[in-house]
Amino acid sequence: MDSIIEAFSKAFTLIINFNAELLGIIFLSLKVSGTALVVATIIGLPLSALISFKKFPLKGLFISVLNTFMGLPPVVVGLFVYLLLSRSGPLGFMGLLYTPSAMVIAQTILALPIIASLSNSAIVSVEPIVKQASMTLGATTLQVSLTIIREARYGIMSGVIAAFGRVMAEVGAILIVGGNIAGYTRVMTTTIALETDKGNFELALALGIILLAISLFINSALHLIQKKGMAQTNR
Amino acid sequence: MVIKINYLVLLAIFSVVVFSSGALATTEIICASTTSTENSGLFSYILPIFEKKTGIKVKVVARGTGAAIEMGKRGDADVAFVHAKEQEMKAVEEGFFVSRHDVMYNDFVIIGPNNDPAKIKGIKSTTEAFKKIAESSQFISRGDNSGTNTKELSIWKKVAIDPKGQKWYLEVGQGMEKTQRIANEKRAYTLTDRGTWLATKDKLEMVIVLEGDPSLFNQYGVMAVNPVRLSESAGAEKVPFIKYKEAMEFISWLISKEGQQAIASFKDKNGNQLFIPNAK
Repeated sequence: MDSIIEAFSKAFTLIINFNAELLGIIFLSLKVSGTALVVATIIGLPLSALISFKKFPLKGLFISVLNTFMGLPPVVVGLFVYLLLSRSGPLGFMGLLYTPSAMVIAQTILALPIIASLSNSAIVSVEPIVKQASMTLGATTLQVSLTIIREARYGIMSGVIAAFGRVMAEVGAILIVGGNIAGYTRVMTTTIALETDKGNFELALALGIILLAISLFINSALHLIQKKGMAQTNR
Repeated sequence: MVIKINYLVLLAIFSVVVFSSGALATTEIICASTTSTENSGLFSYILPIFEKKTGIKVKVVARGTGAAIEMGKRGDADVAFVHAKEQEMKAVEEGFFVSRHDVMYNDFVIIGPNNDPAKIKGIKSTTEAFKKIAESSQFISRGDNSGTNTKELSIWKKVAIDPKGQKWYLEVGQGMEKTQRIANEKRAYTLTDRGTWLATKDKLEMVIVLEGDPSLFNQYGVMAVNPVRLSESAGAEKVPFIKYKEAMEFISWLISKEGQQAIASFKDKNGNQLFIPNAK
């Protein structure tokens, strides 16, 4: 028990005096996960709209597959992206393995099903009256769709928040495709894993606390926007 | 209006996050190496010296020796810096690597719990110690085809014991630090390179129970990925991505007087020299 308390106190000292290297690691984490999240949203949102508004064969199966992919094991995604990007793989010519871009690709694959699936749920649960009303007002199909998506925006945001939590916490995939190269592809989670291996529990714990604090901050900000917006919609 | 402003805030957060660090001016090569060289701090000491001199940035991916050699064979690295001479020579023979050179050495040690339950201390021969551990305690094996794992398996072969699947033998499939940590928790014995041991010993309730046996010699070598062989196996005419020239520059520097001196002057936080240069 003493060692845990000691680790915590050392962790806080480290946080107070944190250095450039630590900042670089934190920044890279945010950059990789943030980029992955943006890319996944750009792809996932239209995809979810398509699933919600269009009828196509095997739609039910497609949604089930998408829901299953929300639980994709990161190591499997890592392995898949590794084989894809390896110099001996089909996309090897791009030279992306062991770069932050490779990490973004892996995390995008992890985030995409969550955003697409939860956005889809949000869109289909919009009251049918919204659709009917906008149609009555003479909206085109595109305008109707946009209105519905607008109504569902806070549900969609919940999906993005969930996806953010997943990619920020993830270590298996980025370790494989990023290689944990110091100062280049080393992010918070891979540093925590490495420092734990080395027995530097204080540093690992300090990073863990910082990671949680950042997640808390970003989630609070998003939640605030969501809450304000919802209050306004209901007014 | 409030919502609009909030979206702007959100956009601002994202644009900061997405902000890219821009293009890199220097040439970079990827060095597939082992946890013992990376995590001991050797690379963060010698690589800046090399980069300053040549402008070449060396990015290190630390794996076990077996995995590092595989990385080179797939073309995912430009140079390999590892420690299992037999495996290295085999990969050179197969044509995947060229220009292999000895770079430096240290030694392996057997470590065990502080109270040494199997009474290994005092035994001089590695083979005797391994037999005794097999009889009366537990052995934690890397089990990952690394240089340390290769050495360990060669010792089991010498004592004619097949440890695989035995109750006293745990193959953990992890790096050196984690393997030590598991040995520490399980009060078991393991084989480790001295560099990693010196870096981690303060955090472990373990001691060296055997050292100094000549058979525990640990040679590190460096070799360049052969771009010609790689294009053959890829069925392509030429693989343009292997940075052979820069890799050779790195190798030449490592075995040069300057590189060897840099290795010799690397000390850990307690002032121990971890690697002894021995390039010919």
